[in-house]
Amino acid sequence: MSERLAGILLDSLPKIIIPGLTVTIPLTLISFALALVIAVITALIRFAHVPVLEQLARFYVWFIRGTPVLVQLFVVFYGLPSVGILIDPFPAAVICFSINEGAYCSESIRAALESVPSGQLEAGYCVGMTYLQTMRRIVLPQAMRTAFPPLFNSLISLVKDTSLAANITVTEMFMATQRIVSRVYEPLALYIEVALVYLLFCTVLTRVQRWGEKKLNTYGI
Amino acid sequence: MEEMLKITGIRKSFDGTEVLRGVDLTVCRGEVVSIIGPSGSGKTTLLRCANFLERADAGTMVFDGKTYDLAHARTKEINDLRRCTGFVFQNYNLFRNKTALQNVTEGLVTARKVPKAEAEQTARAALARVGMENRADAYPSQLSGGQQQRVAIARAIAFEPEILYFDEPTSALDPELTGEVLAVMRDLANDGMTMVVVTHEMGFARSVSSRVVFMENGVEVEQAPAREFFENPKQERTRAFLRLVQGE
Repeated sequence: MSERLAGILLDSLPKIIIPGLTVTIPLTLISFALALVIAVITALIRFAHVPVLEQLARFYVWFIRGTPVLVQLFVVFYGLPSVGILIDPFPAAVICFSINEGAYCSESIRAALESVPSGQLEAGYCVGMTYLQTMRRIVLPQAMRTAFPPLFNSLISLVKDTSLAANITVTEMFMATQRIVSRVYEPLALYIEVALVYLLFCTVLTRVQRWGEKKLNTYGI
Repeated sequence: MEEMLKITGIRKSFDGTEVLRGVDLTVCRGEVVSIIGPSGSGKTTLLRCANFLERADAGTMVFDGKTYDLAHARTKEINDLRRCTGFVFQNYNLFRNKTALQNVTEGLVTARKVPKAEAEQTARAALARVGMENRADAYPSQLSGGQQQRVAIARAIAFEPEILYFDEPTSALDPELTGEVLAVMRDLANDGMTMVVVTHEMGFARSVSSRVVFMENGVEVEQAPAREFFENPKQERTRAFLRLVQGE
């Protein structure tokens, strides 16, 4: 490796990691937290077969899963201004990613809810608890444990998907790298460098997942 | 004796198949009633309908002086009723994410708003009553079937229900574990607990229950005080069933 290239990679590393820590990670975590809220509500509505809302929830999942997230980003950021709705790049990305991930995560959580034996709910009734109390205290905690690995899967996907936000001018890691490339013209080395930074972030998350699963495993089964 | 539970004309179909075809059941305070019968006779469904785990198509129930429409009772009424009844399942249904102690305190704290410390004290006493006080911190997955069922019984008796329903409480257990669960149930019966037990344990039905009800095809075939039922069954069908299960 030439000395020049080594210098470029070294110089660019903080320029990639800093937007990674200040944009990519917050974008991921904020979007995912909102996605979880949307997902739990959507999954509970479908699990409990709440009339009308269930149809809405099904439509939401169908629509979001059936359209590319890149197109969704374009609709929100470039499309909505034409009807007078202007949203800044970062919040536009948060809206898109949380709605998008929410749809996928809701299916993970719904599957996990369905996997909790119906006897758990019945046992809750028989000690005098209401439907909502039993769902909150017994069924949902068990479901969240089952849903933990697939949810982490979604989180790890999301870390990488945030690179799509570069298309709507969010200066996250990937966009930062593109800017350096256009200046120094070393696309292969720099894109590999940013790929490795994504890999590093995801490795940390994988570790967190393993730790989390161990924590959640206290009660067996 | 004072009537505590009176079910009349209960009917229930699943997908067009009538499982209960107009059954009546009366239980007096302090009585232990065993319901026996071949599989598919509707005995479990009867018990589940009495606690609204299954919605009957028709029938009324008078419980502790209050009348319930088994087909149309409202959620509020049902929740209030369930706070006076305990239910023990065939497969225990302990809360898998709670320890033995938490399984017992859960209903006290969440449903009855008992202060946590008081609930724990009550729960420990209930666990002691079924001989499980030293496994209070174990999760269900760490307990044997018999131990889980004993915790389930502790959970059901902790709030001092007016009546205890048992749905084939020993069917999932091997003979040794069955023995430990039956011993606990026998203790409860001796303490005067009102119990309705759906069971295949003829020995238990005979020695512990005050009355036996024999069901088949969704109707009651015969009922009599336990001794009389086993020694002098009136119906030919009852005799045939008893011969079969007692292996004579």
